[in-house]
Amino acid sequence: MSAPTLPLDSAAATVQEDAARVIVFDDVKLGFGDNEVLRGVSFHLARGETKALFGVAGSGKSLILKLAMGLIRPDSGSTVVLGHDISQMREEELFQLRRKIGMVFQESALFDSLTVRENVAYRLMEEHGIYDEDIDRRVREALHFVELEHTLDLYPAELSGGMRRRVAIARAVITQPELLLYDSPTGGLDPVTSNRIIEFIVKQRDVYKTSALLVTHRLQDGFTMATHQFDQDANRMVQLPPGRSCDVPMSFLILRDGKVIFDGDAQALKESRDEYIREYIS
Amino acid sequence: MELTSPTYFAKVKVQTVQDYVLFCVQSVTNLFQRPFYLTDIVSQADSIGVGSLPIVVLTGFFTGAVLALQASNTLERFGSLSLVGQLVSTSMVRELGPVLTSLMVAGRNSSGMASELGSMMVTEQIDAMRALGTDPMKKLVTPRVAATVFMLFFLAIISDLVGLAGGALVARVLLHLDSRQYWSYAWQTLVFQDVFMGLVKPVLFGFIIATIGCFYGMNARGGTQGVGRATTQAMVASSVLILVLDFFVTRLLMAVLSYH
Repeated sequence: MSAPTLPLDSAAATVQEDAARVIVFDDVKLGFGDNEVLRGVSFHLARGETKALFGVAGSGKSLILKLAMGLIRPDSGSTVVLGHDISQMREEELFQLRRKIGMVFQESALFDSLTVRENVAYRLMEEHGIYDEDIDRRVREALHFVELEHTLDLYPAELSGGMRRRVAIARAVITQPELLLYDSPTGGLDPVTSNRIIEFIVKQRDVYKTSALLVTHRLQDGFTMATHQFDQDANRMVQLPPGRSCDVPMSFLILRDGKVIFDGDAQALKESRDEYIREYIS
Repeated sequence: MELTSPTYFAKVKVQTVQDYVLFCVQSVTNLFQRPFYLTDIVSQADSIGVGSLPIVVLTGFFTGAVLALQASNTLERFGSLSLVGQLVSTSMVRELGPVLTSLMVAGRNSSGMASELGSMMVTEQIDAMRALGTDPMKKLVTPRVAATVFMLFFLAIISDLVGLAGGALVARVLLHLDSRQYWSYAWQTLVFQDVFMGLVKPVLFGFIIATIGCFYGMNARGGTQGVGRATTQAMVASSVLILVLDFFVTRLLMAVLSYH
């Protein structure tokens, strides 16, 4: 009698598939009162990939990030993050998982009574208790990453909007998390500062291979990320030759009326025949 | 104006009370669970306790002084002016020291906690803290509750003492009583039940001040207007609750301690 190899292979394939997926949303629904914002959202984020979330204001993009962080719970459906079904986890268990995830909030959400140094060091201080040389070195490295070493002893109120976003990025990346969630990191910023922030996100994607979900209103941010990669030797973002956008792990997801209407790469987005999408990207 | 059905109104109120009770339970149980934020407790104790010292001393001193002054008029009619020390002592230790100190600290700190935590709430700093793997209840609420309870206990004792000193000053300077007689009566009249009652109250009131302030702060919604609303509500609710609880605690302790 032959052994039932198929189920074993299938199980192994499933395990591999799960390991390759950092986030899996399955038929997630969420509403507030009579207003159902998410009406069955399903998608996955592959390890090392950056996925840009688009949609009109109020379409639930930021909610998806908060669901992925476990800050809110879905009404139904499952949200699996780093292999854990976080919709079933208790808050105490989530604190451990969140240490593997970094999040950049829409308005930066820096602690306004702490200096930049203390903000960036916050997570390490929570783990180690005291501010020692090792933490100081890592804080300086993280701030060097966003080119803000000179702001160590300033308070958030003394920084510009763009600088606050960059400090928020430094705070999110200091522990080199497995997953990064960016909530409109370029919202309300001038094009030069926005490009700079996109460059840091691309650097994080290409140098540290961190998986990320990026909520943005700016379509050009997504296309810049799909058509550029970070050149470590030149220490800057460089444009890929035409037709090579598939070389970078970048995808797009578009929400409409609480549902996913597009999930694919830049090429598929450009070739989409959907009228709404064509209007959106035009 | 939209009318709210009585059932809905009642449900919201019951839900709020339920949330507050759970909030209180969690703030206490966190004291026995890691991590312990000792530095935050000390920092809050400094801000709440040492920071409130000037207003507590001023309030206590002038309360004791005016108490002696008011009592002198009545006592003189019965030829018992010498008992002014006794009256100031029992009034301050049993009632006015703990209650007035608590009301002062509520005005200063309950609203302060609500506005601080409320601002953090509406600017997503609380969410950021959760996202960074820290429990805001453990980091922000429990240290404030522990520090307020601990410091209010000592602030009430200080208030009692300076209140007695205020009474002594009035007795000596305005009523021309002998200081030793004043202090002797003030000391001798106090019994265990007086002191016990005077020390239990600030512990309960401290808990009310901190939990109400933090609860309204952590539930603030709607931007700066919401923070303002939370601050006012915290101040009003904690002050009213202190006075209501004071009556019931006094009655309960009188019954328990067989004391009149």
